[in-house]
Amino acid sequence: MSQINQYRRKFLGAASAAFTGLSIAPGILLQTVHAKANDEAVTSKQRWGLLIDTNLCEPGCTDCIDACNQENGLRDIHGPETDAQWIRKVTLKHQKTGHVLNMPVMCQHCAEPPCVDVCPTGASFKRADGIVLVDKHICIGCRYCMMACPYKARSFIHEKLTDQLPHAPRGKGTVEGCTLCVHRIDRGENTTACTQACPNGAMTFGDLKNPESEISQKLAQHSGKELRAKLKLDTGVRYQGIQG
Amino acid sequence: MSTQRYQALASSSAFKTSLIVGLLVLGIAGFAAFNMEHEGHYITGMSNQVVWGIPHVFAIFLIVSASGALNIASIASVFNKDFYKPLARLSAVVAIALLVGGLAVILLDLGRPDRLLIAMTHYNFGSIFAWNIILYTGFIGIAAIYLWTMLDWQVERFKRLAGIAAFSWRLVLTAGTGSIFGVLVAREAYQIAIMGPMFIVLSLGYGQAFYLIVIGLFMDERQLSKISERLSRLMVMMILYGLAASVIYHLSNWLLFDARQFEHYLLYSETVFPLLLWGVHLVIGSILPIWLLRSGSGPIKLILSGSLVIIGGIAQFYSLIIGGQTFPMPLVEGYEATSSFFDGVIVSYSPSSWELMLGSGGFAIALLLIVFCLRLFRLLPVDR
Repeated sequence: MSQINQYRRKFLGAASAAFTGLSIAPGILLQTVHAKANDEAVTSKQRWGLLIDTNLCEPGCTDCIDACNQENGLRDIHGPETDAQWIRKVTLKHQKTGHVLNMPVMCQHCAEPPCVDVCPTGASFKRADGIVLVDKHICIGCRYCMMACPYKARSFIHEKLTDQLPHAPRGKGTVEGCTLCVHRIDRGENTTACTQACPNGAMTFGDLKNPESEISQKLAQHSGKELRAKLKLDTGVRYQGIQG
Repeated sequence: MSTQRYQALASSSAFKTSLIVGLLVLGIAGFAAFNMEHEGHYITGMSNQVVWGIPHVFAIFLIVSASGALNIASIASVFNKDFYKPLARLSAVVAIALLVGGLAVILLDLGRPDRLLIAMTHYNFGSIFAWNIILYTGFIGIAAIYLWTMLDWQVERFKRLAGIAAFSWRLVLTAGTGSIFGVLVAREAYQIAIMGPMFIVLSLGYGQAFYLIVIGLFMDERQLSKISERLSRLMVMMILYGLAASVIYHLSNWLLFDARQFEHYLLYSETVFPLLLWGVHLVIGSILPIWLLRSGSGPIKLILSGSLVIIGGIAQFYSLIIGGQTFPMPLVEGYEATSSFFDGVIVSYSPSSWELMLGSGGFAIALLLIVFCLRLFRLLPVDR
């Protein structure tokens, strides 16, 4: 082999390595700036939560619900009595002042979740980062968690399902609810489908333990209420704009 | 000291009829369970609002009654009352049978009944439900040992010890069953410490009602005539205790706790619940059997009054379990809520035939177990 050919071969090798490195580097760098790397263990350093500004939540808008349904493969089957609803739009009217507000209600991801307390097999569990989930492998479908949930945030799957999405395992005879888009969080994304879909920015997702996060900043500025605060469940979802 | 003699049940018409009826109902229940498992729960009246339906009403009623059915044996062994000693064996059998019937219904109504092994091997010890699984299986074991000490003279010396163990266990079991509801802080119907003690008191009457039906059906009239008057008096007392417990529950809701609206819903609203509580539980299930039992005794009256108490008890449990779920939960204090998920409204529930069929299976299993044991073992007292 001539000397020129050897140089050319070395040059091409070095160029390919540099090109490959440049292609991979942004991905690696992106991982480091995101909330959590895909292979990074879940820790209690974060507590994920949502802040909902009811003043910005428009009546009749169902964008967050539609986004959730699409993200997790939920669809209408046998009607609202038995169909799963991970997120629902609630309209509230103050009994004295007549003040009307709208808000999405989903699993409140309590720090002291009653569903986890009552689950006989431990299928209902809370991750270190505060996300409350159901382990579909050991859920026996007793529905005791649904009896215990103060927010009616869980649904039971009443029929056979097909075409489930890989990141949202669901099955007949088990209980499910909002996962706070855990598949996104575990991919390192810093948002949920509902938050992303809200046209008015009424929903803010973030780390409640990080004082620099947008959600913590907003809470520090205007505070936020827990639904059924009397129960002292320390919910991860907070609401602004509720009177009284 | 004279020894009490016992006999097994002869192949009587009552035995054959019970066997046929039991097997028939069990077959129907099995078909319903298969269909519910195959199709999913959408074919039932249960929903995401009313998650526990009539199968749970039947199952929990049977489990609570199981504890009370052991009462006769407890009076005999623990409190050493000679009159009840010949009746104790049957009492333990009825208790085990009712519990097995109740558990079978709960199991078959699970979304995933095929995961029984998971329920038996994965325990969340913080869950009252998990504790109850241990209490129920433990009760069957302890009551079976107690029965053994009553049947086998070689281990008879352990009878009192086993009796005390079974008595203590059943008190914890019934309090535990009540606490399944007691710990549900989310719902206004249940957030009170009275649920456990109330279930213990209620169990006495409901368990004995089953016992009265069993002796009315299977004990010969001569034996029955010796005991029926005293058992009738005991039954009247138990009905009154149960009524007192119910009054305390409703009064405490009304006066002491933040559940007055729920009480209004149960007792005065235009729903089915006032009819069930005032009409079926109070009149048909309490006053009428008291009148029947006070007006003389005999197999027909025992069977009839026992059945009425059971009907009244089911009505009471239906109101408690279904009423507690159909009544709306508050979401934000001071606000009225509406949504696509039935927030702020009274939700409807109509039990489907599948649920009724499955629930009836619990009674069929209990009946079959009782008649098999009556035929296999010497449980019925005869003259010395």
